[in-house]
Amino acid sequence: MAINWFKYSSPQAFLPLAGRMIPWFSVAALASICVGLYIGFFVAPTDFQQGDSYRIIFVHVPAAWMSMFLYVVMAIWAGLGLGLNARPSFMMAQAIAPTGAMFTFLALLTGAMWGKPTWGAWWVWDARLTSELILLFQYIGIILLRASIDDLRRADRASAVLALVGVVNVPIIYFSVKWWNTLHQGASVTMTESKMATPMVAAMLIMMLGFWMYSFAVTLARMRCVILDRERQPSWSKHSSIHEVVEAR
Amino acid sequence: MSQPSLSEALCGVVRRDLLLAMRHRSDVAMSIFFVVIVASLFPLGVGPEAAVLRMIGPGVLWVTALLACLLSLGRLFTADYLDGVLEQTALIPQSLAVLVIGKVFAHWVISGLPVVLLSPLLGLQFGLGGDSLGVLTLSLLLGTPTLSMIGGIGAALTLGLRGSGLLVALLVLPLFVPVLIFGAGAVTSSMAGIGSEANLSLLGACFMLSLAFAPWATAVALRIALE
Amino acid sequence: MLQTVALSGSRGQRQLFSDVSVTVRPGTLLAVAGANGSGKTSFLRILCGLLSPDGGTILWQGKDIHQLKELYRAQLMYIGHLNGIKDELTPIENLTLSACLAGDDSSGTTVQKALEAVGLSRPVHVLPTRVLSQGQKRRVALARLWLSTRPLWFLDEPFASLDAAATTYLTQRLQSHLSNGGMVVVSTHQEIALPSDSVQHLGLTQ
Repeated sequence: MAINWFKYSSPQAFLPLAGRMIPWFSVAALASICVGLYIGFFVAPTDFQQGDSYRIIFVHVPAAWMSMFLYVVMAIWAGLGLGLNARPSFMMAQAIAPTGAMFTFLALLTGAMWGKPTWGAWWVWDARLTSELILLFQYIGIILLRASIDDLRRADRASAVLALVGVVNVPIIYFSVKWWNTLHQGASVTMTESKMATPMVAAMLIMMLGFWMYSFAVTLARMRCVILDRERQPSWSKHSSIHEVVEAR
Repeated sequence: MSQPSLSEALCGVVRRDLLLAMRHRSDVAMSIFFVVIVASLFPLGVGPEAAVLRMIGPGVLWVTALLACLLSLGRLFTADYLDGVLEQTALIPQSLAVLVIGKVFAHWVISGLPVVLLSPLLGLQFGLGGDSLGVLTLSLLLGTPTLSMIGGIGAALTLGLRGSGLLVALLVLPLFVPVLIFGAGAVTSSMAGIGSEANLSLLGACFMLSLAFAPWATAVALRIALE
Repeated sequence: MLQTVALSGSRGQRQLFSDVSVTVRPGTLLAVAGANGSGKTSFLRILCGLLSPDGGTILWQGKDIHQLKELYRAQLMYIGHLNGIKDELTPIENLTLSACLAGDDSSGTTVQKALEAVGLSRPVHVLPTRVLSQGQKRRVALARLWLSTRPLWFLDEPFASLDAAATTYLTQRLQSHLSNGGMVVVSTHQEIALPSDSVQHLGLTQ
């Protein structure tokens, strides 16, 4: 998200820019995810302990990482919004939340699908799963809080405070496998080395990339909706329809 | 120009809330009765088998204390918000975060402390023995103020909103979970003979962390609600 | 001296006022007038620091109030639409606590004198506030002005629900405050019976 904001901090300027970027990100996302899934499901070798059921890891692990990263990114935008009193930052945080919630849900769902053949149960109350579930509740809480407040300024600032308060959970999820003896594997991929076969690592990293591209695309699309919803101003109604406004440079 | 000192302002805030509680002694009684009734529901629902009750006891008692805190959060700021006392408090020339600590402390004395004092009796009801009762009380003593402080953030964020009762629960319960896990875990590990020091120190850490950050977050949320 | 420079404010999506520049000098009262919904309350709350303005600055003794923070709050007294008193407590208890929290003299005799100055008789002092009438509750809220030593007062429609006697008491108190070099910003629909050289008028329009 390291775009030079100041040029595009006016929503009117940002709208067409986002419109141009979305197709590129979408294509990149589709390509990466297809490649990643292909490698993960067909190329990577069968695990000698878990058989083929482990392949859900190529969706589960990237989704879990995304859920955490997106929360932190959302919290950063929330913090910027509160600190700089900048409306675009709040809009960005608003746009990220549903995608983050979706990835958290995906991580939990695929985790359950993996857990059944591996541990024999659809759900286990281990530290990492529990804190991931809490993360889902936090996302939902942020979305519901915003929905419950009619005044836009208060909604922005209240959900920003909530997002920042909840950030403490993210390190807990990350470190939970180290701090508690749980059923979860320890970290298999670290910055310096990996204990897995190369095709597996490649597949996971490509899937991560695909999910990042997807997040960019969807967040930008949602930003456009947020901007159009908030910035309904007479000067824009020069054009007769929403479509013309959206296509306008 | 007149300015109260920080301790004067803090004492004033605490004094006012405690004075109000004295006029409504039923509030204190309500907390106690709620905890007693809910804790009694579990043996009635689960069956009176002693081994089962001893196993679920710590968790049940902790969840009950948690629910009691949650249900009393509505009383923390709402009345002050509605009669204008909150905006006067926000205009006091001292740090609002410190005044929040005062309000939360008074709230804890009214709704949390009775639960802590009652916990040995409730523990006996679930067949908890000597040491574990002590650990239960200590864990609640550390945990209930933490719950009140974290709950204050939720109460401040949802001030004056419709459906705020349910919304507060939704916002605050995810943040309560670590406290619950460590608190109940302390009692369970004491019962298992493992020793509760680890869980209790983590509980203490939660208390310190919430003392450092929660009042500040609550003050920010209150100013947002007062706009 | 309180000064606003190009102040503008909005509420929700509605722009209330813009480019308001006004100076309140010691010994003067600023009467803010405007139709219902024109933003008088928001204007006062912005001046107190409870609400953030859209643009412009507010200066107290030449310094921005958002930088002064607590130092500014120590100089002001705000009585808004809501009385800021507890129904379950008696007028004496309410006023004692308010005075204590404002750092003012909260001794029993001073508090009683303040309540008598607003026209509340002794028997009323020890009744729970919830049994008092609206006008009496308003008097209890305004009694804080008799205990305050702060220079800057913000009063939002203080004369509403006051009868003729209470209006006179309040006007006299405002007069003595202004004579001591204090400043008052009042939002009101009615004329205030004060010498015209100490009253400034501001009409809020879009």
